[in-house]
Amino acid sequence: MEVESSGLVRFENVGMRYGRGPEVLRDVNFHLEAGSFHFLTGASGAGKSSLLKLLYLAHRPSRGIVTLFGQDLTAAGRAALPGLRRRIGVVFQDFRLIAHLSAFDNVALPLRILGLREEAVQAQVAELLAWVGLGDHLAARPATLSGGEQQRVAIARAVIGRPQLLLADEPTGNVDPDLAQRLMHLFLELNRLGTTIVIATHDEHLVAGTGRPVLRLAGGELRLLPLPHEAR
Amino acid sequence: MLARRSDLQLEGDAAGRFLPWVIAVMVFLAALALAGGLGLGKALAGWDQSLKGSLTAQIVDAGGTPAPEKVQAALVLLSGTPGVEMARALDRHAVEALLEPWLGQANLTPDLPIPTLIEVRLEPGASLSTAALARRLEAAVPGARLDDDRTWLAPLIHLTEALRALAAGIVVLVGLATIAMVIFATRAGLAVHREVIAVLHLIGAHDGYIARQFQSHTLWLALKGGLPGLAAAALVLLALRGLGGGMQAALLPPVTLGTGAIAALVLVPLVAALLAVLTARFTVLGTLRQMP
Ligand SMILES: Nc1ncnc2c1ncn2[C@@H]1O[C@H](COP(=O)(O)OP(=O)(O)OP(=O)(O)O)[C@@H](O)[C@H]1O
Ligand SMILES: [Mg+2]
Repeated sequence: MEVESSGLVRFENVGMRYGRGPEVLRDVNFHLEAGSFHFLTGASGAGKSSLLKLLYLAHRPSRGIVTLFGQDLTAAGRAALPGLRRRIGVVFQDFRLIAHLSAFDNVALPLRILGLREEAVQAQVAELLAWVGLGDHLAARPATLSGGEQQRVAIARAVIGRPQLLLADEPTGNVDPDLAQRLMHLFLELNRLGTTIVIATHDEHLVAGTGRPVLRLAGGELRLLPLPHEAR
Repeated sequence: MLARRSDLQLEGDAAGRFLPWVIAVMVFLAALALAGGLGLGKALAGWDQSLKGSLTAQIVDAGGTPAPEKVQAALVLLSGTPGVEMARALDRHAVEALLEPWLGQANLTPDLPIPTLIEVRLEPGASLSTAALARRLEAAVPGARLDDDRTWLAPLIHLTEALRALAAGIVVLVGLATIAMVIFATRAGLAVHREVIAVLHLIGAHDGYIARQFQSHTLWLALKGGLPGLAAAALVLLALRGLGGGMQAALLPPVTLGTGAIAALVLVPLVAALLAVLTARFTVLGTLRQMP
């Protein structure tokens, strides 16, 4: 048994199902240390996005115990959720950008929800969008951006609030290998600054390049794969 | 407060088109009902005031003008009654002036038998039975009659009170209908924007953040409808006053609105807006609370 406080995330015998459907996740046990970096892999339909939904509190487990930031979620009421969610940044698989808001306003959303002063919002958002190479597209609606550009807006929105836990669902799915590498560097940099990161992907190439630990989902169950150098 | 930019872009909703109209009609109806109720209330108070303290006695003589002794006897009896402050016979000219609009100048010949009218003013708060006084007067002075103005006014006063209750009922119903429409519009908005609301929640928005967007949008729609609704009601009231101007010679004090009533009318669209905003807030919070 690990010390309770050491984990940022802890799953104990967690099961999850949609409505009355079959369990898509079964007996999931794992924990994430603060400051760790994991990949989450598995075939399409294995349940990667579902596991992330549990992590970003879009779904409640059907059984088992999920502990996040040391707080037992089974005991957390609705009122506790916004506070927890503000510590989590999410890049959704389908981006979920708000269609009628500009790239700028989409990225500004987490800061405005926090109630930041507008001058601070302006400065931070402009800087981050410039950093992901969208400095010339601040006013663009998501529909007028390419898939890769939308993805970068989604990533910017996920990280603008400096979350403690960053969850990214296929964040490099729509970009060329070059940009994929740059985005990976962004994630690694954020991790270096202390953000705990989980990236769901089936891009084996991306995974292999970094030498970071891999959680693999198969048949509804989760396994921590041995690190390459450990396997050798 | 009136920020037009919202994360939810509520501006494009169907509610944006129909809610101002609904609220305009509601404010129009409520303002007219309120004006009616307050105007009648003021008139009622005025009538009460001017009638409470006065009675009219008349002395009729089939032969012509009543004998001065009869008038004198009536005056003595009336003045001597406890609770009567003053009794005064109107001279023939005053009575003729009262009759002129009804009979015409030409018909007011000197030989016309005109009753003598005695104006009786009661002491404020006097508790005397007008019925008993009328019987005594009729017994003592043949041909004398005492009219309590309140008797013939009673049905009018009852009617006025019923109309005031009706006006209050209309205001309440209009308020309830407004609440129902705002609940309906807000629920529709929540359904239309479910996806964006879900994203806002996942980013960490409190229900209150989402509710505020609905509130400021609803406030804008309510004022956009309510102020023209009040303006329309004001035009109708002015037109009615214009028509009522022809009734200067009416028997009763006129139905008018005091400054208090006018202030109350100006408050109608503001109260409607407040009602709409609170309704939107509680609808959003209530609906979101049922979400996981
Ligand atoms: N909203 C939903 N309602 C019902 N079933 C769902 C829902 N979302 C996902 N599922 C089911 O749950 C299982 C896991 O889906 P999930 O999206 O988690 O897989 P994934 O590993 O993310 O796949 P991919 O790599 O294609 O994104 C699938 O069988 C899917 O059909
Ligand atoms: Mg997925």
